[in-house]
Amino acid sequence: MNIVENFDLFAPRLINKQELLSSGHRACSGCAEVLAVRLMCKALGENTIIASATGCMEIVSSMFPTTAWRVPWIHVAFENTAAVASGVEAGLKALRKKGKIDDRYIKVVGMAGDGGTMDIGFQALSGAMERGHDMIFVCFDNEAYMNTGIQRSSGTPMGASTTTAPAGKVSSGQKTWKKNMAEIMVAHEIPYVATVCPSYPLDFIRKIEKAKSIQGPSYIHCFSMCPTGWRSPSHTAISMGRLAVETGVFPLFEVEHGHYRISPDMPRKLRPIRQYFKPQGRFRHLKDDEIDQIQERVTLEYQKLMGKAKYL
Amino acid sequence: MALKSWKELPIGCVVSDPGSASEYHTGSWRSQRPIWDNAKCIKCGICYVYCPEGCVQQTEDGFFKADLDYCKGCGICSHECWPRAIKMVEEE
Amino acid sequence: MGKRIGMEVAIAVAEAVGLCDIDMAAVYPITPQSHIAEHLSDLVANGEIDAEFVTVESEHSAMSAVIGASGAGARSFTATSSQGLMLMHELLPIASAMRLPICMAIANRAVSGPLNILNDHTDIMPQRDSGWISLFVENGQEAIDLSIQAFKIAEHKDVMLPVCVNIDGFQLTHMVEPFEMPSKEEVEKFLPPFVPHATLHPAKPVTMGAFAMSDYFTEIMKAKNEALKSSKKVILEVWDEWARLFGRAYKPVETYQAEDADVLMLTMGSMGETAQMAIDQLRAKGIKAGLVKLRLWRPFPLAEIKAVLKNVKKLIVTDRAISFGGPGGPVFSEIKSAMYAEARRPLIYNYIYGLGGRDVAVGEFVGMFDKVLADTKNEAADTYEFWGVRE
Repeated sequence: MNIVENFDLFAPRLINKQELLSSGHRACSGCAEVLAVRLMCKALGENTIIASATGCMEIVSSMFPTTAWRVPWIHVAFENTAAVASGVEAGLKALRKKGKIDDRYIKVVGMAGDGGTMDIGFQALSGAMERGHDMIFVCFDNEAYMNTGIQRSSGTPMGASTTTAPAGKVSSGQKTWKKNMAEIMVAHEIPYVATVCPSYPLDFIRKIEKAKSIQGPSYIHCFSMCPTGWRSPSHTAISMGRLAVETGVFPLFEVEHGHYRISPDMPRKLRPIRQYFKPQGRFRHLKDDEIDQIQERVTLEYQKLMGKAKYL
Repeated sequence: MALKSWKELPIGCVVSDPGSASEYHTGSWRSQRPIWDNAKCIKCGICYVYCPEGCVQQTEDGFFKADLDYCKGCGICSHECWPRAIKMVEEE
Repeated sequence: MGKRIGMEVAIAVAEAVGLCDIDMAAVYPITPQSHIAEHLSDLVANGEIDAEFVTVESEHSAMSAVIGASGAGARSFTATSSQGLMLMHELLPIASAMRLPICMAIANRAVSGPLNILNDHTDIMPQRDSGWISLFVENGQEAIDLSIQAFKIAEHKDVMLPVCVNIDGFQLTHMVEPFEMPSKEEVEKFLPPFVPHATLHPAKPVTMGAFAMSDYFTEIMKAKNEALKSSKKVILEVWDEWARLFGRAYKPVETYQAEDADVLMLTMGSMGETAQMAIDQLRAKGIKAGLVKLRLWRPFPLAEIKAVLKNVKKLIVTDRAISFGGPGGPVFSEIKSAMYAEARRPLIYNYIYGLGGRDVAVGEFVGMFDKVLADTKNEAADTYEFWGVRE
């Protein structure tokens, strides 16, 4: 592992010390998603309002009458987070213009899981992005409905076993390819789209900061490992994210006003996906030829992405 | 904490005590705890950055420790520590 | 002073809302509500009102966006109808639980299927238990007045609940009527600035919409119920003030020729005016008929209903919706339940009528009275019937 090569020494000095998500939240041990939320808050800072979808992050952080949040936070329902965030943004805009609140700049952020973004929340997200609200939407993608018990979503990768797309005698788990949400957001022609993973905290924080600095809508797709749902030990969350990136399963890139840029953290040569699949219980049933087929697709998709980065 | 009656609830159940989730100590979930060997520690802070609980803190001398009131014992800090300065030991 | 004008009711509602210094509106088009959305966006486009108009991609997002804006402390408005209201359904109890004083105009329309764009009350009835204050209007003047009053009621510090104003689709929304439109100055005097109970702002971070388990859920439901019940006091105060300022009085339950009536009819919404003409015809024939108009649907005006019905022998409850497979129309069930424990209670008849925009003429209201009065053995009491249905 070449952590130190990719990681500045004395990282704490570079990172906002404030913990805007307090300890005492009830996320599972070793949850990479809650770590990603913690890092996101550090990058956003205090002048942020978060609208959260129903999901793991919502229930673990807001057990009434307490809250883990130190930034203003609202939860309404599952599928409407982007719409709620767009309403907060519109409300603030009107109040600021009319002098009813102080004129500080506040970034409105919508956050949801893969189901809340790519499935049930898809329409509200598309609408909010199309309308051009000044907001960031962050999808915390752990590749299934973890909060309800590991059911498949359109973010679940081909071949993964979930409780509604289980591996069985005549099934190899998920039968569909993962929806390419970042590209769908790029197609909305919004100013900024990026993929991030908490295993790369500096890249992560830089991209959130960039999204924060952009007027208008940005979309961040965060790959966050779920030890519970992926059937992998709790200490592996960071290393698994790193493997997803290094195998090209989850490439790190950003698209600013249509221009693609591959993150410097991407290796020159991708590692075989077997290395990423092997330690995870959800892929354990896959046969060699099935892994080969998935490898082919991952390689192809990565080449397509590299092509865009080259020419655009 | 005593449970509130319906009359005592804030309007709309708005929680106006930011970070009050810290009243709940998740440390009781832990089956193993991280132990730092400061002789090996290079003070890089990776353990602090990667902690999902935000419970690893830097002490005045620049070394790190976990707040055991919240540490769930996931082992990420130990696994990611490049100089291998953090060891996970079983709770008794 | 306000001025007398003639105008389409939907447009007048948008004008009235425009007088209320709203900060934000999110409206999705649906017949017969669309004229409200269109005119409101005209007012914003022409700078006549200083508000953000969010052109959402669905009614679900309309309600979500006004919840977000109201949470940020903005005076927020939306309007919808029928399927749009059904799509909002999930969010209505959340808005009231969060105690966000959102105001909504509903151009009442039949719910599918089959698709039907015309008026009845099948859209609002499934929203009965959502925790919203729900008001009905009978004509354009009432639609204007209540649309303005809604903000004052909703935002009162002892209320902080969302309010919906039910305006019969087409039958009211698309009628051109003469009415008195209050002036901007009069509305400013009547309606104080919105002071939210909490806002989403970094100056004082709060958590809205926290997760509650069984240890708190019952208390939260009780608190919400008490808030809705006690909002009636404020509603009455606001109506008193309105009567003083504008000379038009409103009551939770209004009556016409009811004092000495042997038989009463109960209506909601625009049917009241037609029914009133039937009462006049019946009275001319010497029949002691009277009318009860239910304006306040939620909180349900239990005491007022009991007081009005205590001396009458027969009551006809009219419903513009049906609870399929249930004991009758939803208003019928409520009234029966309200009167059950009373020592003196009327025989109650129920007619389901005016569904999907079907006209009910004055003569038909007379026919309902005739039928009930002819039931000397009281055989049809406590049952319901689809009025005018082809057998």
